[in-house]
Amino acid sequence: MEKFTTHTGRALPLRRNNVDTDQIIPAVYLKRVTRTGFEDGLFAAWRSDPDFVLNKPEYAGADVLVAGPDFGTGSSREHAVWALQNYGFRAVISPRFADIFRGNSLKGGLLTVLIDEVDVEALWQAIEANPTTQVTVDLVSREVRYDHVVLGFEIDDYTRWRLMEGLDDIGLTLRHADDVDIFESHRPSWKPRTLPAEV
Amino acid sequence: MGRTLAEKVWDEHVVRHAQGEPDLLYIDLHLVHEVTSPQAFDGLRLAGRQVRRPDLTIATEDHNVPTTNIDQPIADPVSRTQIETLRRNCAEFGIRLHAMGDASQGIVHVIGPQLGLTQPGMTIVCGDSHTSTHGAFGALAFGIGTSEVEHVLATQVLPQSRPKTMAVTVNGVLPVGVTSKDVILAVIAKIGTGGGQGYVIEYRGDAIRALSMEARMTVCNMSIEAGARAGMIAPDETTFEYLAGRPHAPRGADWDTAVAHWRTLVTDADATFDVDVVLDAAELTPFVTWGTNPGQGAPLGASVPDPATIADAGERGTVERALEYMGLDAGTKLRDIKVDTVFLGSCTNGRIEDLRAAAAVLQGRKVADSVRFLVVPGSMAVKAQAESEGLDRIFVDAGAEWRSAGCSMCLGMNPDQLAPGERSASTSNRNFEGRQGKGGRTHLVSPLVAAATAVTGHLSAPSDLS
Repeated sequence: MEKFTTHTGRALPLRRNNVDTDQIIPAVYLKRVTRTGFEDGLFAAWRSDPDFVLNKPEYAGADVLVAGPDFGTGSSREHAVWALQNYGFRAVISPRFADIFRGNSLKGGLLTVLIDEVDVEALWQAIEANPTTQVTVDLVSREVRYDHVVLGFEIDDYTRWRLMEGLDDIGLTLRHADDVDIFESHRPSWKPRTLPAEV
Repeated sequence: MGRTLAEKVWDEHVVRHAQGEPDLLYIDLHLVHEVTSPQAFDGLRLAGRQVRRPDLTIATEDHNVPTTNIDQPIADPVSRTQIETLRRNCAEFGIRLHAMGDASQGIVHVIGPQLGLTQPGMTIVCGDSHTSTHGAFGALAFGIGTSEVEHVLATQVLPQSRPKTMAVTVNGVLPVGVTSKDVILAVIAKIGTGGGQGYVIEYRGDAIRALSMEARMTVCNMSIEAGARAGMIAPDETTFEYLAGRPHAPRGADWDTAVAHWRTLVTDADATFDVDVVLDAAELTPFVTWGTNPGQGAPLGASVPDPATIADAGERGTVERALEYMGLDAGTKLRDIKVDTVFLGSCTNGRIEDLRAAAAVLQGRKVADSVRFLVVPGSMAVKAQAESEGLDRIFVDAGAEWRSAGCSMCLGMNPDQLAPGERSASTSNRNFEGRQGKGGRTHLVSPLVAAATAVTGHLSAPSDLS
């Protein structure tokens, strides 16, 4: 995973609540077996509308997405994270994320930042007034900064450390393989096994 | 202080606990399907890793599979490649696979319980958000992303932060014609699509205890639609009776040992939940959705809401957008909404009891000429059982299409899709924009409402039929 410390870029105001992962990437795009190339599916249905914010030239190149509450609800598809990253987004700011989406994003190095709804509204207004507004998402200091505004955000120390170091979760877990061995040696024998198949 | 059911199951599976770090949680069962696994297997190959416990892993083909002509190659080459990739991966890593054509193939959340692999007190994961279904057995079951799928394949554990707990208590007795689907739709409308975020929900109360296992699965299935990764119901005699004799259920002395343990998996009397939500079963009625998220629902006897009456600007905008997408006017009676397609199936309502309930409504009646009615059993075993009971004849004689097992029109990854502007009454779990096909409009309903709606051509309950 690529390290994430701080990122500064232009932002895209997505004034919608309850953006589910079916909107982020519709199911028909999930048939691929790769981790790349999902950018064409990002917000596919909404992008067919020329007035959709992603199609507006003034926001071209924006790589910080600012969305309404309950972003990423629904399906667990990690393709939603890949689609955002493949398109070029580095961070998503919202007052509330769905749990599975947030977990997926932080595993994959897409920083999801929680800030209050009133602060999201103010940020939207600032971006809309000036689409070249530079927005900094600083994981080191746990701050979002734009113009003269500084907004703190919370993220647990462990996740922050993992993102800043770009660490592979599986590698971290394998350091504790002995603990897994010990746990397995005590598991009840009546717990089901899928093999051999009994049907 | 006492512990909740969720806390007991969690504690039993902690492999490693360290201050300031997520717990490492052991996973008892990993369910795999074709859509969210290919990149995970690629990751294993790239890192030169093996599957740690193929004997705790099982795969099936469900999301992509066609529900007609299943003896022929899949027409869509991209879907076919994904299915073939799963077959290659399972062969290479030694994972049991129930492929198309296999008598045990079906939707991943239908086959786990059916095979007796889903048992109380287990931790169960799958790269699918409806893994919460298995919580009906008192298992801690939750959906994960592809990175976590790879993690579980490689290590059989997952780093997880301990969730908060929420009790949803449904007191009293459900009125006739009100199903567990209506209960969960009412719960989601009450707490909202984000209300369960960060929580494991435990469903409690007399109305929940009175439900069959299959009805409990419907409730737990849609926990994710309230934002909760997991929903649980404490195991009881109903659970044990369902499990006894299933292929992977414990036998003999093991059964007794297991049941003795399972009986301890209840929330202690002195345990407290972080949040308590209470509903009165007697007040519930058939419930349907009118909008584009599962929280936008109302009793069938109600009308489409008027956004002008909503104070919060964000919420008002969301409702306005939903009504525009759904092609609905505020104040329209929900019963006056005409549908083009009825879909009976999915991991929410594709089990034998769902088919029986719908067939009982359809018996001796005809599907309206204007309606296409798809009946898609949740698994090939459900299909076989239904056929042995003659349910297929009731559906076909009424004018419905009798299909083979798969996720089908729940998410439209196979050819079973809505056309743009087409409207459905669907027993599935999500009414998101385009969920059942680009431009399609979905109303979530129970199997009873689905069957009655198929007869009348507009949203209806069986009590509306003459």
